[in-house]
Amino acid sequence: MGEAIPVSGRQRAVLIIGLAVLLAYPLVMPLLGKPFLVGLGTRMVIYALAAVSLDLLVGFGGLVSFGHAAFLGLGGYVVGVLAFQLGADAPLFGLIDGTNQAWIAWPAAVLVTALAALVIGALSLRTDGVHFIMITLAFAQMLYFLTVSLKVYGGDDGLSLRRRNLLPGLDPRDEATFYYVCLACLVVFVALARRILAARFGTVLRGIKENQRRVSALGIEPYGYKLAAFVLAGAGAGLAGALLANQTRFVSPELLHWTKSGELLVMVILGGIGTLYGPILGAVALILLETVLGAWTEHWMVILGPILVVVVLFTRRGLYGLLTEKRSGIAARGADDGGGHD
Amino acid sequence: MTEPLLEVRGLVKRYGGLLATDHLDLAIEAGECRALIGPNGAGKSTLIAQLAGEVRQTAGSIRFDGVEVTALSMPRRVRRGLARSFQITSVLPNFTAEDNVALAVQARLGHGFRFWRDAGRDPALREPARAMLDEIGLGRRGAVRAGDLAYGEQRQLELAMALATKPRMLLLDEPMAGMGPEESRRMVEVLRKLRGSVTLLLVEHDMDAVFALADQITVLVYGRAIVTGTPQAIRDDPMVADAYLGQAEVDL
Repeated sequence: MGEAIPVSGRQRAVLIIGLAVLLAYPLVMPLLGKPFLVGLGTRMVIYALAAVSLDLLVGFGGLVSFGHAAFLGLGGYVVGVLAFQLGADAPLFGLIDGTNQAWIAWPAAVLVTALAALVIGALSLRTDGVHFIMITLAFAQMLYFLTVSLKVYGGDDGLSLRRRNLLPGLDPRDEATFYYVCLACLVVFVALARRILAARFGTVLRGIKENQRRVSALGIEPYGYKLAAFVLAGAGAGLAGALLANQTRFVSPELLHWTKSGELLVMVILGGIGTLYGPILGAVALILLETVLGAWTEHWMVILGPILVVVVLFTRRGLYGLLTEKRSGIAARGADDGGGHD
Repeated sequence: MTEPLLEVRGLVKRYGGLLATDHLDLAIEAGECRALIGPNGAGKSTLIAQLAGEVRQTAGSIRFDGVEVTALSMPRRVRRGLARSFQITSVLPNFTAEDNVALAVQARLGHGFRFWRDAGRDPALREPARAMLDEIGLGRRGAVRAGDLAYGEQRQLELAMALATKPRMLLLDEPMAGMGPEESRRMVEVLRKLRGSVTLLLVEHDMDAVFALADQITVLVYGRAIVTGTPQAIRDDPMVADAYLGQAEVDL
């Protein structure tokens, strides 16, 4: 039976090991005498969430969005602004009071980004291909400049949060606790995405990626499905943004910059487009490279570039493919491509 | 007399200076199998694309099943029962054969916005899909990736997908194109079984197939329907021989 994301025995093993590593990470780091690395893991997990949400679009809908960071930043700003309003004299727009409660601020971030994705998606999805890439980029840059112009919230300098949002019964200041909260968000989102991709909705979405014309000829209007996927992906990135704002206790326009969208795309490509789990690997790898190489030289991108080229050329499905597929390299790639286009 | 199932009036499609469809009138009765023949460049595929709703006509009207569909999109026309198959095989290569048909079944049921239940295990999709594959002769190939099917099998799958939308009328754009004689023969058998239950508009170069299947034949030349008649009448029509067959050397 065709599955949305087929899982072979080898893949299952990789997934179980991966999850075990993620679960053990904050426990092991203090034992290695490096408890300060827990925060790095949190950052990886949060970016993994954003990358997985982008893979929903790129890998399963065939929609290459170059503006996904807009939703990451927007989610962050919702948390930041709500926290800022706590200390403000008047409610925002005269009705919204500030809050530092996670159970209000995080769903608010998800809701706002979902709405933004609905509007941006409704307009962007009237185009295709390169135009879609450019228009999503344009929207993201618009939001970027909007945040730059918001002098009340720090403008260019960004906005600091006094402390992390409060979680009922948990201490968000504890790095390990916060790590597990983020990991839980990631796991829930991935499980949800998996479910959705296997359901009727996901079948149509994957069908559109394969052959949109054929899907239309079956009596299905692709637009609504693509828009729903865009909203889902935007909401996922919004949640990631909310988490990121909490982790760093800081939001700035840099979160929405187009280079951030590019980074998210690199994570997806590096990890494996359309693999759902691969982008987690991609996020971990990219942040690891950034941290290790970045400590060594500020021009670490010079080294990242060739690595990316090698991964794209020699693996069919990124790092995830490298780990889970027996055959790889140019021969296998050629054979697979041959099978796909006849 | 009842209204024809498909009625085309004054259809015009202009590409710059070229008239691909030239004030075309066409009426097809329910249950009929109509073949559309004509030399290359006669505008057959352009006509199919306009009927399917993929190409917007320059002028004219299309009525289907008593309703004006001229302004409707392709998906909307399909949901009204006007489905098509493609000249160049068009399946979802990375879906299995069964998944291809199951998606068509799902399109007919119209409940695509379901986010939870596993579509791969939904009997409401799977059972009709399997039945359709059996009917078309691909019953044993359901689990094969569509891209890995033989060419002829992909053509069959293509037809199965169109049929799974339960159309009242099917626009078939060269269903036998590129098929070997044995595959063609099997396709003719499948189409013969459909006759009567589904109205067919068949564009085909394989004249044996056309004469074996068609109730009526319309000859299209330079975007105009120059004549419509029974296979026998078309065979004997000197105008057809002249326009379509050139020196009339080809044995119909």
